[in-house]
Amino acid sequence: MSALEYNGGSVIAMVGKDCVAIASDLRLGTQALGISSNFQRVFPMTDRLYVGLPGLGTDVTTLYERFRYRVNMYTIKEEREINPETFAHMVSSTLYQHRFGPYFIEPVVAGLSKSPTGALKPFIAAMDLIGCINFAKDFVVAGTASSKLYGVAEGLWEPDLEPEDLFETISQTLLNAVDRDAFSGWGAVVHVITKDRVISRTLKARMD
Amino acid sequence: MDSIAHPTQRQFNPYSDNGGTILAIAGADFTVIAGDTRQSEGYSIQTRYAPKVFPLTDRAVLAVNGFAADGNMFVKKVKQRLEWYRHAHSKDMPLRAIARLIQTMLYARRFFPFYVYNILGGIEEDGTGAVYSFDPVGSYEREACRAAGAAQSLVQPFLDNQIYFNNQQPAPGTSHPVHLPLPTILSIVIDSFTGATERHIEVGDGLEMYVVLAKGRGVQGLEDVRGVQELSVTEEGERIFVIRRDLKKD
Amino acid sequence: MDNVYRSSGFDFSNSIRNHSLAEKGLPLPKATSTGTTIVGCVFKDGIILGADTRATEGPIVADKNCEKIHYITESIRCCGAGTAADTEFVTATISSNMDLHALSTGRKPRVVTAMTMLKRHLYRHQGQVGAALVLGGVDVTGPQLFTIHPHGSTDKLPYVTMGSGSLAAMAIFESSWQPNMTREHALQLVTTAISAGIFNDLGSGSNVDACIITATGTEMLRNFVKPNERVEKERKYTFRRGATAWKSESIRKLIVNEQVTPVAGEAMDVS
Repeated sequence: MSALEYNGGSVIAMVGKDCVAIASDLRLGTQALGISSNFQRVFPMTDRLYVGLPGLGTDVTTLYERFRYRVNMYTIKEEREINPETFAHMVSSTLYQHRFGPYFIEPVVAGLSKSPTGALKPFIAAMDLIGCINFAKDFVVAGTASSKLYGVAEGLWEPDLEPEDLFETISQTLLNAVDRDAFSGWGAVVHVITKDRVISRTLKARMD
Repeated sequence: MDSIAHPTQRQFNPYSDNGGTILAIAGADFTVIAGDTRQSEGYSIQTRYAPKVFPLTDRAVLAVNGFAADGNMFVKKVKQRLEWYRHAHSKDMPLRAIARLIQTMLYARRFFPFYVYNILGGIEEDGTGAVYSFDPVGSYEREACRAAGAAQSLVQPFLDNQIYFNNQQPAPGTSHPVHLPLPTILSIVIDSFTGATERHIEVGDGLEMYVVLAKGRGVQGLEDVRGVQELSVTEEGERIFVIRRDLKKD
Repeated sequence: MDNVYRSSGFDFSNSIRNHSLAEKGLPLPKATSTGTTIVGCVFKDGIILGADTRATEGPIVADKNCEKIHYITESIRCCGAGTAADTEFVTATISSNMDLHALSTGRKPRVVTAMTMLKRHLYRHQGQVGAALVLGGVDVTGPQLFTIHPHGSTDKLPYVTMGSGSLAAMAIFESSWQPNMTREHALQLVTTAISAGIFNDLGSGSNVDACIITATGTEMLRNFVKPNERVEKERKYTFRRGATAWKSESIRKLIVNEQVTPVAGEAMDVS
């Protein structure tokens, strides 16, 4: 077992029609021993930008605080909100800076990015622990249940889902994947980001 | 010159992993047993057509996955034992007895195992569809659905959701069906394999699905299936069909 | 200590912690490494580079359509195999340095310059930066094609392949490559070579990307051939709304609704 799996946890993000969703489980453990069933690993960075940080618990906290600081500094200096693409590259270069002493985190970024015309476009991305970005058009996954998430998402995901349908699809994908993973589960949270609101729901999940 | 003899360690590894994935789902009066046909080692494809699913009797089909050489030898040995049984008893061995036979054959090799995951599917003596899944040393149980092999972790949670309806609330005033119809299950099997082919490098090339129908069931659900081929010679008793599909070859 | 814009170069501040974790039995996880087929080939008027589009994490496909032909300058491109993050960042860094170099010399940069920058970077890191590259382009000296290995060694050959699919692709080149090929013929050859990797090497897959570089311009043929589109699924898998049980909900409205009610009274004097 590597440091990436030590505390468990998984994150998934999906694209829908003019919306994106990001979801994660709520477990924090030390190997097989469960510690918390209310551990936050998905964080809002701006109104329409969320980041999921599955991996080593200590680095979840460290990197979240680091990104929060850097996004605040960016907002002040540039006098505008950061774009999801820009944020993804910021995360990526932070991770690559630590290429030879990495943070044990595989981040997932999900948000709506504003095009020059003002239209909002769905954006998702995932990274490995040294910052190689995976821009996908459908879904991205990370964490200890990643292979299960890939399998279920490949089966369930469909293009152009409305926010409420996207909620069902991402929730079902996450719940069924983490139920087959010993290191993920113990509750789940889903955020659906649309142009005018963010719907956050905690799911009823198996607690074993 | 080096005249001192140093101890050297030599090792022979008798096993290898040949990839691929198998899966079986039991219905009320039928069973579907499927496997892809790619055989690989490391990053190389050894062959694009190596069957992993084998009909044993008129009502039992065995899928083997893991180390291909062990798998083929194991199937050969099971078939031989079933033939001896036929000669001794003038009838085919019942499914649950085959399952127990496989357990004893696997456990006989407890300390030099057949490196194979087995899934046995077919029709029970009471006419119900059944799936038995085994670990390499013979631990087994009867289930309604099971995936094994390289893409087990991709396929099994999808099946949990689509076959067992895990994590799905039924619509108010309704309940989930206990058994799904044959066409639905065939569709789910095909989609499981195309999904696994997308995301697992060792899965692909071809798909073979065996369908075992209970005695007197009729072929409803198979009429519209493209390229279905019957293997059983009479319409009496249980009937076995095979359906083949192409999978992506990259 | 923690400046917003930190000094350049790698940061080793986690190394002590990570070594102590490794000693406690938590080994370093492996980064995404790309089993890959990348090729390059010289033809009559220039260079053609080719790549597949699969990125893997062990046996799992992480990205079905990634870009492995990286931009260096307008007339120089670089295919990357090996540790995905390293190929991405090493090419971006050298691309940036090539721009600065062009600005300070006032000349169009040469392929050998990029090659030297890349090999120096890789040699300095003693193979720890795991990038295996195929570098190609056209400059004042004509078409140039190089391979660069992770430890910094380089080759200059008329046709090259790298990555886990390199043998499959090289088999095609060795049997069919010839000097002074036409553009069409060379593109066909590169496509066949990449396809050989896609279909015969499990680490490579999905689509063929190609890039044609000549003295007159560069043509990036993204997804030039797509021989591995997923077939339509047998079933639809949308769920009934309400299928997932949830415990609590919070909705954050992002549009502030402001209703303006004119207060009755005298109209403003605008005279």
